[in-house]
Amino acid sequence: MSWLDTIRRPGFWRRVQAMLTKEFIQLRRDRVSFAMIVMIPVMQLVLFGYAINTTPRNLPTAVLLQETSDVGRTILAAIERTQYFKITHRLSTTEEFDQVLASGKVLFAIEIPAGFERALRRGDVPALLVAADATDPVASGTALGSLNRIVQLALINERMLPDQTQPLFEIRAHARYNPAASSSLNIVPGLVGTILTMTMLIFTALSVTREVERGTMESLLSMPISPLEIMIGKIIPYIMVGFAQAALIIGFGVLLFGVPILGSLFLLALLSTLFIATNLSIGYSFSTIAQNQLQAIQMTFMFFLPNILLSGFMFPFAGMPTWAQWIGEALPLTHYLRIVRSIMLKGSGFAELEYEVFALFILMLVATTIAVTRFRRTLD
Amino acid sequence: MPNTSDIAIDVKGLTKSFDGRVVVRDLSMQVKRGSIYGFLGPNGSGKTTTIRMLCGLLTPDSGEGTCLGYNIRTEADQIKNHVGYMTQKFSLYQDLSVRENLEFVARIYGLDAPSKSARDMIERLGLTGREEQLAAQLSGGWKQRLALGACTLPSPQLLLLDEPTAGVDPKARREFWNEIHALANDGLTVLVSTHYMDEAERCHEIAYIAYGELLTHGTVDQVIEQSKLTTYNVGGGDLNGLLAELDGKPGIDMVAPFGTSLHVSGRDEKKLEAAIKPYRADKKFVWTRSEPSLEDVFIELMNRSKDNFQ
Repeated sequence: MSWLDTIRRPGFWRRVQAMLTKEFIQLRRDRVSFAMIVMIPVMQLVLFGYAINTTPRNLPTAVLLQETSDVGRTILAAIERTQYFKITHRLSTTEEFDQVLASGKVLFAIEIPAGFERALRRGDVPALLVAADATDPVASGTALGSLNRIVQLALINERMLPDQTQPLFEIRAHARYNPAASSSLNIVPGLVGTILTMTMLIFTALSVTREVERGTMESLLSMPISPLEIMIGKIIPYIMVGFAQAALIIGFGVLLFGVPILGSLFLLALLSTLFIATNLSIGYSFSTIAQNQLQAIQMTFMFFLPNILLSGFMFPFAGMPTWAQWIGEALPLTHYLRIVRSIMLKGSGFAELEYEVFALFILMLVATTIAVTRFRRTLD
Repeated sequence: MPNTSDIAIDVKGLTKSFDGRVVVRDLSMQVKRGSIYGFLGPNGSGKTTTIRMLCGLLTPDSGEGTCLGYNIRTEADQIKNHVGYMTQKFSLYQDLSVRENLEFVARIYGLDAPSKSARDMIERLGLTGREEQLAAQLSGGWKQRLALGACTLPSPQLLLLDEPTAGVDPKARREFWNEIHALANDGLTVLVSTHYMDEAERCHEIAYIAYGELLTHGTVDQVIEQSKLTTYNVGGGDLNGLLAELDGKPGIDMVAPFGTSLHVSGRDEKKLEAAIKPYRADKKFVWTRSEPSLEDVFIELMNRSKDNFQ
């Protein structure tokens, strides 16, 4: 029976609703779970340590070279030699400069203005404009700090500048989106993602195994309800729970840490729902694979750990080796972190987040397919 | 194709094994519509597995058949719409109240007025006043009534009851059976597995299964008749000593104490007569020829089947 047939079968929503009502009642009676829904976000938010220090490498950088001279090339080569920066984009207009930074494709954008070399030789103290995406202050801070010295040394070595301690040019650094480089601005949106990942995974991972362990699955399977109906009925209540949690964390974040929400609150809510649903489907698919509740919990933590470490929550994503980045791309939290940080701190719109939305959809589809095909319709 | 014939269950050659161990072997059975069919056998004999194959919860390794005219292999979805299955272990939601459990079932089966159906059922079950109690708080007898209520709620044509009265007190057991007879009178077919001999005698037809094989079936009288068992009832003194002497003698297939008397049975009447002849002269004992009880028949069947099996 295909999914479409299931949905077209008369009474589909009625059965889903029966399941959903049942799940809600059970959730309401389960005091411990109910406390967890509220306590986990509050505790994490309060207890979470702030700074996680790293020395990032190969941070993607865009360059807008307004003049073709030896000085420009020398500066770029010096920047790349530090290994902090990796020039991934060469720009030609100032519009691109802003756009590429807002999309999150690069963490830095450097502009070498026209006439830089001439001004330098004349002693006019020209300015090198460096814009950094400071939504992740750990990633941008160290690199930014080293820039001045690097460029100066490079120019001295190339004998373009006399060896003087007085700098003859100026670096104008703009820490965009998070000018004070405050960690909480980065941590709070990140926490929304990690807390949702953890609670959503656990709740659904337990849902099917619990029915099997309590023996209620036998009854359920002998009734005319399809696996998809059971799944939807089990997931919808937790979408609402997740939504409430997200609102709680963001609310606290705004109140306690003064985190701004620059972008559209509606878009944030919409994409958060997508992320919640993705995690629920993943948890549900664990639930169909695990033999008992203990295994389901173990699988959840196996999945949770890389989500924390490789998503860019703990360590700057751009600073990880490529293979780790690939793993990170396969994790929903990675994409959600970009979404939530972009919307809250940069005010990004849907257009800049298309790729992340697409990725979340794919992950949800894969998990749902696993869940529905793995769901045993018999006790064989 | 749903049929309207008077056969509700018609299966042939059902076989099922788990991890290479055969649990049900080549089982065939027919159950008439509107009858109460007793399914007897020791623990682990394959009763539950058979019932699960009938309602589509397990796929047989081989064999086929129909349940209410629907193919048990390919039409499990239709079967589920018309069959009520009461599991051996209570399998409704313990953390839902009586009313919530019944309403859940009513909604899944798409009954027109779930709340009203649930209310009516609560009344019928005599659970009025307990409708808001959580199922976990009900006693064994009430749980079992609730479970029966839940599986009859969608008005099924066939009820599969897996040891419904295990661990229930005699009074509740009797009421339960009165309910089953009432349902059968309304045209419902009931297949019920049990350990209890008195319950077997309340069935229209019975089947006995041991080690996964259906050993005998028919009405109670037919089953006793088919057993070809000759039984003597012995009364008198020192029955324990007699039991020890008779047990295992050729011609005597079974000796079992029944209260103040002893049942001595044998398949071959002549051999049995010969074996007990020396003891019949003993004035201590009173020998009377009697009908074997259903229990005699079953225990003898089981012993024999075990001999074949090993």
